[in-house]
Amino acid sequence: MAVTDSARTVTHGDVPLPSLIFRVNALFLRHEWIRGYTLLSPTLLVMVMLMCLPVFMLVTYSFWTQNYLDIDRTFTLANYEAFFQKPIYVALIMKSIRMSLFCTFATIILAYPMAYFIAFKVKSNKLVWLILITVPFWTSYLLRVFAWKVILGYNGVVNSGLISVGLIDEPLQFLLYNPTAVVLTLAHAWAAFAILPIYVSLEKIDRSYLEAATDLGDTPSERFWRVTWPLSLPGVIAAGLLVFIPTVADYVTPRLVGGTTGIMIGNIIQSQFGKANNWPLGAALSVIVMLMIAFLVVVFIVTTTRGRAKSA
Amino acid sequence: MTDTTAPGGSLTAQKAAQDQRGEEAPQYFASKHEGYHWTAEAPMFLYAVWYLAFLYIPVLFLPLFSFNDSIYVAFPLKGFSLEWYGDMVSTQQLLEALANSIKVGGAVAVLSTILGLFAAKAMTRYVMPGKGAITAFIMLPLVVPGIILGISLLVITNMVGMELSLYTIGLAHTLVSVPFAMLVLISRLEGFDKNLEEASLDLGEGPFRTFFRVTLPLAWPGILASLLLTFTISFDEFILAFFLAGNEATLPVYIWSQLRFPSRLPMVLALGATILIFSFFIVTVAEVLRRRGVGPQSGSAI
Amino acid sequence: MARDDYISMRNTSKHFGSVKAVDDVTFDIGEGEFFSLLGASGCGKTTLLRMLAGFEQPTLGNIFIDGQPQAGVPPHHRPVNMVFQNYAIFPHLNVNRNIAYGMRKSGLSKAEIDRRVDEMLDLIKLPGYGARGAHQLSGGQRQRVALARALIKQPKVLLLDEPLGALDKKLREQMQLELRALQRDVGITFVFVTHDQEEAMTMSDRIAVMSLGKVLQIDSPARLYEVPQVKEVADFIGTVNLFEGAIKGREGDSTIVDAEGLGTVRSTASGAEAPEAGPITVAIRPEKFQLTFSEPETSGNMVTGTMQAAAYLGDRSHYYVTVDGREAPIAVAAQNAERQLSVLGQHHERVWLTWNDDSALLLTA
Repeated sequence: MAVTDSARTVTHGDVPLPSLIFRVNALFLRHEWIRGYTLLSPTLLVMVMLMCLPVFMLVTYSFWTQNYLDIDRTFTLANYEAFFQKPIYVALIMKSIRMSLFCTFATIILAYPMAYFIAFKVKSNKLVWLILITVPFWTSYLLRVFAWKVILGYNGVVNSGLISVGLIDEPLQFLLYNPTAVVLTLAHAWAAFAILPIYVSLEKIDRSYLEAATDLGDTPSERFWRVTWPLSLPGVIAAGLLVFIPTVADYVTPRLVGGTTGIMIGNIIQSQFGKANNWPLGAALSVIVMLMIAFLVVVFIVTTTRGRAKSA
Repeated sequence: MTDTTAPGGSLTAQKAAQDQRGEEAPQYFASKHEGYHWTAEAPMFLYAVWYLAFLYIPVLFLPLFSFNDSIYVAFPLKGFSLEWYGDMVSTQQLLEALANSIKVGGAVAVLSTILGLFAAKAMTRYVMPGKGAITAFIMLPLVVPGIILGISLLVITNMVGMELSLYTIGLAHTLVSVPFAMLVLISRLEGFDKNLEEASLDLGEGPFRTFFRVTLPLAWPGILASLLLTFTISFDEFILAFFLAGNEATLPVYIWSQLRFPSRLPMVLALGATILIFSFFIVTVAEVLRRRGVGPQSGSAI
Repeated sequence: MARDDYISMRNTSKHFGSVKAVDDVTFDIGEGEFFSLLGASGCGKTTLLRMLAGFEQPTLGNIFIDGQPQAGVPPHHRPVNMVFQNYAIFPHLNVNRNIAYGMRKSGLSKAEIDRRVDEMLDLIKLPGYGARGAHQLSGGQRQRVALARALIKQPKVLLLDEPLGALDKKLREQMQLELRALQRDVGITFVFVTHDQEEAMTMSDRIAVMSLGKVLQIDSPARLYEVPQVKEVADFIGTVNLFEGAIKGREGDSTIVDAEGLGTVRSTASGAEAPEAGPITVAIRPEKFQLTFSEPETSGNMVTGTMQAAAYLGDRSHYYVTVDGREAPIAVAAQNAERQLSVLGQHHERVWLTWNDDSALLLTA
């Protein structure tokens, strides 16, 4: 069909019967999306193989049971029942969400002025500031968390520093191994994730909007709350998601600086694949965490977009 | 009465607007010299400096104490020593882990950059239905918690009976590196005109040749940035490697295993400091490459 | 011998989803012709050009170049070259290598290619610019390099996508004349896309006026202006006054029409096929009216009205005259052949308009 509109070709000589290769070529030439998806297919295939299939298997696994060293592959909801029967799991998930929300909030509050500064106040050395902000983002998460263990530890930087200047006699015990240490460390480690989206959304704001607001009589603070803040909300939302989702199930930070009170759901999941050796229960816990996150994300997005629609 | 207040109100508004402009004008001129208006913006600037300190200073304790001549990581500093760096380079296990990390990182960088380039080219050059959904899908590993990706891959590796090895780590790292590679390359490809590739086709070069004669030379800073960044991601990644490591550890996994031993702490500090400085260097180069403009654009020079 | 159907569109359509960018177009372009596609943005002219280049494939229908069907032929195998709107000069190559870019597969020696590049640089009047980088060129120079890069391939057809749009007015007018002269020299068929009617009329042998994916009329510049076939063309090319009317009857060569605001109009304009009877549109160009401030002695077409507005434009003046029975004022243009410093007519002053029988075009309503 692609190449045989021969009815009108009389004066131009007969069109030879197209070969198969020619037909395939013609199909590719004709449909842009076929070319696009062909080019995309290797990447998509890899992503499906490495993400969709494994997550699907994880879900399947959560319906099986651990039988000492073997896996019993009969379908069962036992792992999910176990989750709801043990209040500790529910409590732990709630605590993880609370800590993570707190950390997300703190991260955004701290990051917003910084992003604002780079977007609006830095005129000539923007690239330098951006690189300064981004570099920690790419460097070792483990080491950034580990640094806080060094700082807050019983014999760590803060305690030994305070003792050596004579402010305290005994090391402070409350610095490390508690939820506050976890939140502080997370807020530090994920800072760059919050700055970048907020910066991008601020940078995109057309400066003439701000001039118009000023021209119409807004004071700088009115202008901020009536123009800048609403227009930067997409970036704030993105930053919130980028920090909240990964921190809920973080493993490294609570393990290194959380102690027993700072423990989060990620640690329990890991222990099912480690010491406790109950993979199906670990899988079920992961599935529940994923569902909880998905639920909260949907609620968050719906409420924020609703709120924006109303105010608009 | 309202008649008299209304114009008055608008007058004060005008006055305010004028004041505002009056305030901003010198800021504009000042910006040519220093990049921010010193007096009015001082609090913001101080906050920014404080924030940078918050970002950097905790991490800088690692190099600081790595040169301290004491087995305890505590003040006051005892004196300068390179002992821990000596320890570091003479630890066989560590060197093996380093070699493993470099192998995995190199492979991941090449693989994810190629995959990212395919995706970026498709995303920037073709009109396709469902592009938004596909982009979101490829970005997904950025937000799925690492531990969930880790155990998912562990489960499936186990089910298909594959041995845990550097290969499983490499595959996992590819998964989280592809989105970054794609993002970096999309912004690079968007930076130059689609017409340049069309012009090459028009002048008789096929798609393959066009890629090598036009796309590649114009995209190379992005490609190099992508290679460096994905290498660093893999080199520094811990949680996936933690779940998927077999007998051979990568450097972060090795560090994790050493954290249990207080006596190894100074050596871990030296190692951490080295990695940080190394990563900072690579990433800074990559960022400079990535954020540098595409160069003179056709048509816009008028 | 030059053939008239060097390029043939046969029921060519291009749909983007539900949008018909090009809608069932059939026409021929002759060998060696300077052919323009003229229309407002979004009329489908660029899509048509991109189909000729091979960047888009027709959804329906066929395209032939020199008798060869182009369906399924990718851009790099087509005997056409293109000058892009923004020129698409490769920023990583210097002028020489930009021009020589398409010569890799020509089978010519390096020395021969270099010689031809130099020839091209002479042709585009940029000798000695070969070693310059792309970013060292001005807009006009880029445009020339893009031209040379395409012409060195000796294409059967050169496609130009609004290549003068980015240039300032003076340079644009100069380039129009140069392009036309160049085309006569090299004898290559040019297909030129533009939204600027003056530009199209300056350069083209023939112009296709496009609107909403359709070709409305293909003709020489003079015929497009003097004998538009449809209202849209009359309206798009230049300015025109359109009067709704109805045919009353015929007297020999003339058609007698009753038109709003003009009364009874006699038309002997040839060209367009007007219907025998029924509703019709009378089109009269502003400069076809003669305006007088006192009643002229004439037995021909005449109408009287009041001056609504006048604009002095130097070489000519525009007047807007209100007549009874018509809401919109009639636009009238008059050459200012004599030097004149006084005001040309007062607001609401009474004026008379006369015109020749062959000035009133009858178009399908």
